[in-house]
Amino acid sequence: MEHHELIVIGGGPAGLAAATAAAETGVQCLLLDEQGTPGGQIYRAVETIPEERARLLGPDYIYGRKLVDRFNASSATYLPGTSLWSLNSRREIGILRDGQASLMRADRIIIASGAMERPVPFPGWTLPGVMTAGAGQILLKSSGVVPKDGVVLAGVGPLLLLLGWQYLHAGVPIRGILDLSPYGNIWRSLPHLPGALMAHHYILKGLRYQMQLKMAGVKFYGGVSEFHAVGGDVLEAVEFTHRRGRKRIETELLLSHFGVIPDSHLSRCAGCEHYWDHSQLCWRPVTDEWDNSSIEGIAIVGDGSGIGGAVAARHAGRIAGFEAARALGYIDTKQRNEAAGKDQRWMHDDLRVRPFLEARFHPPAELLSGPPDETLVCRCEEVRAGEVRRAMHAGHRDANQVKFLTRCGMGPCQGRQCDNAVSQLVARELGDEKMISGGYRIRPPIRPLTIEQLAGLDVGDASQ
Amino acid sequence: MKADVIIIGGGLQGLSTALHLGRRGVKSIVLEKESPGRHASGVNAGGLRQLNRHMAEIPLTVEAARMWKNIRELVDGDCDVVLRGQVRVAESDVQLKKLQARVDMLRAQGYEHEQIIDQETLYRLVPRLVEGCVGALYNPDDGSARPFHAATAFRHKAIALGAEIRSGVEVLGIEEGGDGWRVETSQGSFTAANVANCAGAWANRFASMLGEPVPLKPQAPTLMVTERLPHFLDLTVGAEGYQLSFKQMQNGTVIIGGAHLAKLDFEQEKSVIDFATLKTSAQTVTRFFPHMAQVRIVRTWAGIEGFMADGIPVIGKSAKAAGIFHAFGFSAHGFQLSPVVGRIMSELILDGKTDLPIEPFDIRRFQKTE
Ligand SMILES: Cc1cc2nc3c(=O)[nH]c(=O)nc-3n(C[C@H](O)[C@H](O)[C@H](O)COP(=O)(O)OP(=O)(O)OC[C@H]3O[C@@H](n4cnc5c(N)ncnc54)[C@H](O)[C@@H]3O)c2cc1C
Ligand SMILES: Cc1cc2nc3c(=O)[nH]c(=O)nc-3n(C[C@H](O)[C@H](O)[C@H](O)COP(=O)(O)OP(=O)(O)OC[C@H]3O[C@@H](n4cnc5c(N)ncnc54)[C@H](O)[C@@H]3O)c2cc1C
Repeated sequence: MEHHELIVIGGGPAGLAAATAAAETGVQCLLLDEQGTPGGQIYRAVETIPEERARLLGPDYIYGRKLVDRFNASSATYLPGTSLWSLNSRREIGILRDGQASLMRADRIIIASGAMERPVPFPGWTLPGVMTAGAGQILLKSSGVVPKDGVVLAGVGPLLLLLGWQYLHAGVPIRGILDLSPYGNIWRSLPHLPGALMAHHYILKGLRYQMQLKMAGVKFYGGVSEFHAVGGDVLEAVEFTHRRGRKRIETELLLSHFGVIPDSHLSRCAGCEHYWDHSQLCWRPVTDEWDNSSIEGIAIVGDGSGIGGAVAARHAGRIAGFEAARALGYIDTKQRNEAAGKDQRWMHDDLRVRPFLEARFHPPAELLSGPPDETLVCRCEEVRAGEVRRAMHAGHRDANQVKFLTRCGMGPCQGRQCDNAVSQLVARELGDEKMISGGYRIRPPIRPLTIEQLAGLDVGDASQ
Repeated sequence: MKADVIIIGGGLQGLSTALHLGRRGVKSIVLEKESPGRHASGVNAGGLRQLNRHMAEIPLTVEAARMWKNIRELVDGDCDVVLRGQVRVAESDVQLKKLQARVDMLRAQGYEHEQIIDQETLYRLVPRLVEGCVGALYNPDDGSARPFHAATAFRHKAIALGAEIRSGVEVLGIEEGGDGWRVETSQGSFTAANVANCAGAWANRFASMLGEPVPLKPQAPTLMVTERLPHFLDLTVGAEGYQLSFKQMQNGTVIIGGAHLAKLDFEQEKSVIDFATLKTSAQTVTRFFPHMAQVRIVRTWAGIEGFMADGIPVIGKSAKAAGIFHAFGFSAHGFQLSPVVGRIMSELILDGKTDLPIEPFDIRRFQKTE
């Protein structure tokens, strides 16, 4: 089996920084990423993007080039176009590259697999014409595709606003931005404001985006509830309650967004311990101050360990990179502490805005744990919320038992889409404490692998 | 807490024992350290196979097959049972002769459920099979069920008949008390005149406490399931000379097994899928079903099961302690037997005997050297 000192999974800000920091101390390091070029979610395609489109995406985006340049200059090896389909507690990974599957092993592993958008099963979410804002943004970044005929943006979270702003500059007609966060969030977020002002540039940026959108005449609807996507075979309109009245906006395209959550499938597949974060409303890995997980030699950094944004991800990556170098004997504890000190302070300051953002963009409980019985929860296996509730009332008391009985979460996406929703349904029916019993157990392969690819698996020297 | 019978383990054998006791008006308490069906019984391949069983198991498997056919009468649910037959494919005439010899031997003992089919019949039954196989061993009455549905149905019926099922209760010890057995658990102690040891891969812990340890090895057989495919297969397919169990479920997914083992950390109850081993499994699949090459694997998992040194279970009274009964060590083929095992256990507990021939499963077979 091919062996490395350090394997970093994911080439976003966290992974790039981790690999660069470790490699600069002399660690032999391999970074692998599914994408074809470094940058991750935020700096997607930053090396190859046409200048005009890069300017449109803003200065935060362009910063990614610095990170990528420094990584390229380091001794770390880069393996793009490589997806990782398995990771276990023995630090063995399964990868797929150009159709060839193989196994590798490392003394240390840093998971920097980032975030995914929070899937929320609202009525009509599976209609063709309904996409996530993230998907819309990926199209914009990677190929410059924008919706010409207009779009409705709906949901909760800063990315929605950012995409609205990016679309505005790209000349996309925006039919409305619907904020589904409850009005009460504003009050609940105020106590966190003083702390957040330490990282006030985030808030100023948000206000600037909002102002520019409003000045351009984009309609905002706040405190929206009972939000439905409606249509026959395809999306025709959105309907919602606003200021006690029912409203309808005709549209062929809806981009929805309800915040991002850690993509914890890899760390859960490996068996790392996780807990339910009541503020971020998602599963998070248990980690120590150096981002080590509960499994020896596996660290988890960046948004994959808890949503902190790109800046915090970059610092966390460096911190874990130095820790890896220490564990591998390239620097001692004192050198690690010195090297990581600045990043720890900067990260700490940067994260001060999070409690405010989490309170301000807390999705309404009703939306997350109370979808109507007819709403599909698991798209792959076509399981509706009502079936999940019935399974619980028949005595199946946790997410895995519900999964076994209803098949929900057993389709090709392996529960990526319904895991959180089912966890929250279960928690609501049984009382919050039960959430502790855990989400789905995640089984490999976590990325598609064909029987032929497995049959051709390169196991190297399997006797080791 | 007092009961007539305490059952250790809420897998299918324990639940089936509780159900059959309930049918005869006897209340039992099932103690399960996690949740019912959490281990082998909830995650197995669901194969209802009489084909190619160990000779000692034939009378039991035939009776179990009869019970699965009428499963609704037993548990009020259908457990998703589908009985469309099972084949064991032969690639050569030598293999086919070996299978023929088995059929002849079964015939001589009066069993008709297995037969040899020729090449033409085989390809009529399994049209997508790779060219060149010569025939197969066949049983038209075999099939499959959905294990977690079965465990749920057995549990509900047992409860309806008076059994009490306690999840999250780990049995720590068994001692002889004044009036029967005292079972110490993580949630206090329970007493009963009779105790059934249905603890699956953990059963040797209790056999050892009672002074009759057995060569039981916990292992973790692995399964793979694919994405959904258009319907192409009715039967469950195995192959002589290969570790293969291959079947398409009602929803179109294909379940691939064959007792390929994962690496097991029994103390932690954690298994790590061994992809080097599953590579062999994938090669077997493409050998017999080349059209599966581009099909995506959706999930792999392993379940913890107790394997006996001789491949057949322990079913029967303890040889050392009156009032103790064992049913464990099913060595990856106990799902099919579960309805009949519960019946046997209830008869042993209530009547002291059973009509079915269970001598080969006696725990004393491991005690001879003493
Ligand atoms: C859809 C989406 C859009 C976003 N857009 C913005 C934005 O415009 N601005 C902003 O500030 N924040 C944005 N965010 C949040 C942003 O992703 C993070 O704050 C930041 O990128 C986190 O960095 P990271 O290094 O932790 O993860 P990421 O940047 O997400 O990097 C993770 C990398 O891991 C790779 N990866 C994951 N799993 C595997 C696997 N199994 N095998 C191989 N590679 C794998 C991915 O391909 C990716 O390149 C977005 C988040 C999402 C989900
Ligand atoms: C992957 C796989 C595929 C299989 N495929 C098939 C197939 O196709 N056909 C077939 O016939 N068979 C199959 N089998 C075998 C079949 O699943 C088992 O033989 C059968 O389920 C065993 O049932 P059981 O009740 O003995 O064990 P289990 O279901 O394991 O139940 C034992 C229970 O005892 C509990 N327990 C253990 N110790 C304690 C304690 N101290 N206190 C309280 N509770 C305790 C455990 O938690 C467990 O729930 C397969 C098995 C596996 C793992």
